[in-house]
Amino acid sequence: MKIANILSAKGMNVFTVAPNQLLREAIHLLVQHNVGALVVAEKSDKPIGIITERDVVRAAAGNENFFAVRVGDVMTKDVITAAPEDDVKSVGQTMTTRRFRHMPILDRGKMVGIISIGDVLKAQLEEYEGLIETLNAQIAPG
Amino acid sequence: MTVPDLTARPIRIAIIGSGPAAFYAADYLLKPRARVAQIDLFDKLPTPFGLVRAGVAPDHQKIKSVTKIYDAVAANPNFRFFGNVEYGKHLSLADLKNYYHQILFATGAQTDRKMDIPGEELRGSYTATEFVAWYNGHPDYREREFDLAQECAAIVGVGNVAVDVARILSRTPDELAKTDIADYALDALRASQLKKIYLLGRRGPAQAAFTNPEIKELGELADADAIIAPQEAALDELSRAALDREKDPLTLKKTQLIQEIAARAPAGKSRQLYIRFLVSPVELIGDSNGHVIKMRVVKNKLAQSESGSLNAHATDQFEELPVNLVFRSVGYRGIALPEIPFNDRFGTILNQMGRVLDSTTHSPVTGLFCSGWIKRGPSGVIGTNKPDSVETANAMLEDIAAEKMFAPAHARAEQAAEFIRARQPNFFSYADWKKLDALEVARGAAQGRPRVKFTSVPEMIAALGRA
Repeated sequence: MKIANILSAKGMNVFTVAPNQLLREAIHLLVQHNVGALVVAEKSDKPIGIITERDVVRAAAGNENFFAVRVGDVMTKDVITAAPEDDVKSVGQTMTTRRFRHMPILDRGKMVGIISIGDVLKAQLEEYEGLIETLNAQIAPG
Repeated sequence: MTVPDLTARPIRIAIIGSGPAAFYAADYLLKPRARVAQIDLFDKLPTPFGLVRAGVAPDHQKIKSVTKIYDAVAANPNFRFFGNVEYGKHLSLADLKNYYHQILFATGAQTDRKMDIPGEELRGSYTATEFVAWYNGHPDYREREFDLAQECAAIVGVGNVAVDVARILSRTPDELAKTDIADYALDALRASQLKKIYLLGRRGPAQAAFTNPEIKELGELADADAIIAPQEAALDELSRAALDREKDPLTLKKTQLIQEIAARAPAGKSRQLYIRFLVSPVELIGDSNGHVIKMRVVKNKLAQSESGSLNAHATDQFEELPVNLVFRSVGYRGIALPEIPFNDRFGTILNQMGRVLDSTTHSPVTGLFCSGWIKRGPSGVIGTNKPDSVETANAMLEDIAAEKMFAPAHARAEQAAEFIRARQPNFFSYADWKKLDALEVARGAAQGRPRVKFTSVPEMIAALGRA
């Protein structure tokens, strides 16, 4: 299974925030879109970072006035990205071993989506359910 | 709050397509709930089941037994089938909105991706999907001709469809004669001159998309030796490391099966099936008649992307294979449907978890849904469409509960039937299909085969005793 198979049914929306926006705005966006991460980008094409719930908690833990911090100052830089043709299994493995939960997807340099560990688990679960369903159908009395 | 009498106003749903995704959605939507759903399933062919009938290989009858589950769905009194009725031809989106509250598209991935290499359009170069549809007796493909007078074929790709094509080309006529392969295909394959068949994988053994029973079967063919070069069966360091890390039992088993075949000496059978890894075609070369006579391939090596995926990268080493017949099976994509937003990059309907999205606003379009390969692209096995369709069906039920749906002017089942009859008098009901089915099975029994298919629409109409 490819990342494209997950992305196809995720819609086309990638929620981004600019690095000079305040954390307050980023938190609102996270809540408004019901997502766990926003891609940080100047324009919507190339991510320069990612800001997740974890980054927000980390910022809050060290700063009473964290609402007024700039996104660019607390985001995770050096984002690891994947491509639509990448294997879901490998991407899931990378997220698990390197302990992060979101990966922006770039298609020939252009951002086309974001995949969460939840998406990966759901896809893998459905793959196993599908195998079981198929095998059960073959042994069912006819 | 008063509860309205919902049985008096059933929700009517049209499903376009009748493959596994369509039936799994229908099954879920027909389960007893507060509101009664009535489902009309449409297929452009007179016969149902999509790729279970026209895709699954004729020598894999066991897999086709899944249709008994679909028969049980069709037995529900709130289910109707309208075969030989095509969306975009007999019915438009506006028509459907007049008769149904919701429309679900489950039309699958009907075409092949291109290799995008020079010579791809030469004579003797085909798509795997057209070959598969042809040998399975799909009415739209029965007139295709495949040049099987050649000696050497290459199948590009190592998914299960590629393996099916390799296996059908490698089987003896006696083996094929026991299946429900189309009679004209059986005749053509009986005359086949093929001696060498290549199955070409872009990546290594651990990344090959075929499933384990499929590769095992290639090693057990009656009169074809499966041959894998030991150096290509061996895992490179990156694949070995990934396997050690992930410990995926299916991948481990797959690489073992491949190495077992590689360790075997050929038994001198009539055909040789070479399974190759880490090669990609870069050009098909033709003769003066424009017929393919050679394939130039580049050797690949694997490199790990930052996401952890092992991807193929071309080296500067090339090789020429003397092939004069090529089937490409490098991925499938859906075909855009009239008036339905399409994601051209992925070859799917533009959607979010089965809800069709507007191409400009990217917000859900009321009343329109999709499931199966036209929703997520080609992946998984037949049963994978069940969780996929359940997800879409749940979105449909949510919208029904929220009263977000079409308000059809003619919301009674008999009004829809009348309209369909006016547009396509020769539609096939499920009862019609069951008659055809019984006739096919009876024709097969006489020859010791699971069935002998009707392969043209006029033939099917005549078989039912219609003009």
